[in-house]
Amino acid sequence: MNEAKGKTFVYGDNVDTDVIIPARYLNTPDAKALAEHCMEDLDESFAKNVKEGDLMIAGWNFGCGSSREHAPLAIKTSGIHCVIAKSFARIFYRNAINIGLPILECEAAVDGIQPGDEVEVDFTTGVICDKTTGQSWQAEPFPAFIQDIIRCGGWMKYLRQMQDR
Amino acid sequence: MAMTMTQKILAAHAHLDEVKAGQLILADLDGVLGNDITTPVAIAEFEKAGFDSVFDPEKINVVLDHFVPNKDIKAAKQSATCRSFCKENKISHFYDVGKMGIEHALLPEQGRVTAGDCLIGADSHTCTYGALGAFSTGVGSTDMAAGMATGKAWFKVPSAIQVKLTGQLNDFVSGKDVILSLIGQIGVDGALYKSLEFTGDGVKALSMDDRLCICNMAIEAGAKNGIFPVDEQTLAFLKAHGANEPKIYQADEDAVYEQVIEMDLSQIVPVVSWPHLPENTHPAKESQEIEIDQVVIGSCTNGRMEDMDATYRILKGNHVKDGVRCIIIPATMDIYKQCIANGYLMAFIEAGAVVSTPTCGPCLGGYMGILAPNERCISTTNRNFVGRMGDKTSEVYLASPYTAAYSALTGHISDPREFE
Repeated sequence: MNEAKGKTFVYGDNVDTDVIIPARYLNTPDAKALAEHCMEDLDESFAKNVKEGDLMIAGWNFGCGSSREHAPLAIKTSGIHCVIAKSFARIFYRNAINIGLPILECEAAVDGIQPGDEVEVDFTTGVICDKTTGQSWQAEPFPAFIQDIIRCGGWMKYLRQMQDR
Repeated sequence: MAMTMTQKILAAHAHLDEVKAGQLILADLDGVLGNDITTPVAIAEFEKAGFDSVFDPEKINVVLDHFVPNKDIKAAKQSATCRSFCKENKISHFYDVGKMGIEHALLPEQGRVTAGDCLIGADSHTCTYGALGAFSTGVGSTDMAAGMATGKAWFKVPSAIQVKLTGQLNDFVSGKDVILSLIGQIGVDGALYKSLEFTGDGVKALSMDDRLCICNMAIEAGAKNGIFPVDEQTLAFLKAHGANEPKIYQADEDAVYEQVIEMDLSQIVPVVSWPHLPENTHPAKESQEIEIDQVVIGSCTNGRMEDMDATYRILKGNHVKDGVRCIIIPATMDIYKQCIANGYLMAFIEAGAVVSTPTCGPCLGGYMGILAPNERCISTTNRNFVGRMGDKTSEVYLASPYTAAYSALTGHISDPREFE
């Protein structure tokens, strides 16, 4: 997956993992079952309106709270191809990288993008383009080591490759 | 180059003479931890990647604590998955019902962490063990899987905020009030990606239970870890709990901190964090209008022995206000037994409370105290997000055991200094 292209769902600051996937649904590790309840306590319509390729846009400290990997997993499985936020909580940040959910930090893009805008992201260049308004932004690139993990498709695959080498 | 205490531990575990903030490293792990929610996801990742053995069965800890004794069939399947994996891989530090406790109270009690360790846990409150002078941090299930397979984890070396403590706490004020006050000051992302390093003369006046509580909530300020220097109290604690030989790391005198915060412990008052963020801290005294339906005393933050002592001091011979449900959960079986031996359980029950065996249940809205629409709970747990303990219109107010127990008697949020 080198790009994301779709409609945006826009949320505010401090979106926590309890609203991304409430603990009452954590009695299963099944990604599809989790995705059905993604964002439920913040935006009941999200799970039924999201389509493959869509993007999630949020403010500061996205994914704060619990370490549940179920949160990025639910977002990824719901069809979201990229989360753009002003900043990410650190466990969410590493979980997203480890499971191969593309994330980008870009304050200006978050301020510029409106709910429902058609947005396109090129992960190799980090360019975010709002097709609805014609604006575009450059996201902060990941350090080389992190890019390697993403290229391998996640941390476990990266480790396997290192071990096989 | 001068290093912080955290950086020294990370450098040693990455086999480097020095590290600096922002550097990406691969570190050796002294321990890996998971629970009944995060371990099944880790097992799936472990198997999917084709690993067939763990790096060291002695260094892995699996604790069933979130939904046990199992709340439903799905939760029971998750526990069963953990049970058979631990059996197959000869993981001896597997804590099932009967010997389990809430993981972050249990591991220090069982001597599973020592000073100088580098440890990850698939639970955000793994940062608790910084109280013992270890580097420990919460991660996700994939990191746990990789940790179990290889004994390693990747880290971005954090910069640090130094919290200089002076003075000592007044009666009815505890470690919980210290950390809630700090989060109120710096915000829920005030220490994002950073270490919170506690130092100063005030450290010696804090009990180990207070230090564990303070480090436990470092994550609520966004921190990677919280850490205390090792002193005589730490060493006595580690010895009493049969932990491995401690290795003491000290920050360099000229270590660089991004920010220095001074806190006079004698100025801290009982506080309450209002919904829906832990940074929404207010003095308990200014929260007295708020009526409550439920009280929860327990969790990895405040289910330790001193928390039970504080609860007993308030509840003994008194009665919970009519219409208020009070749930008390000692965090481990040893604490539970000690509460029985001390006569606490009878006092709690006679006061109108219920007492459960260890579980994380209500803290995350799992079971054992779910809130109905618009209900309010004062809780010694660690998060008050929307829907955290039940319906999305319910509210959680975070406080210390003293404040929660006294509020149980009055039926509204109350300042425990007014007790007696």
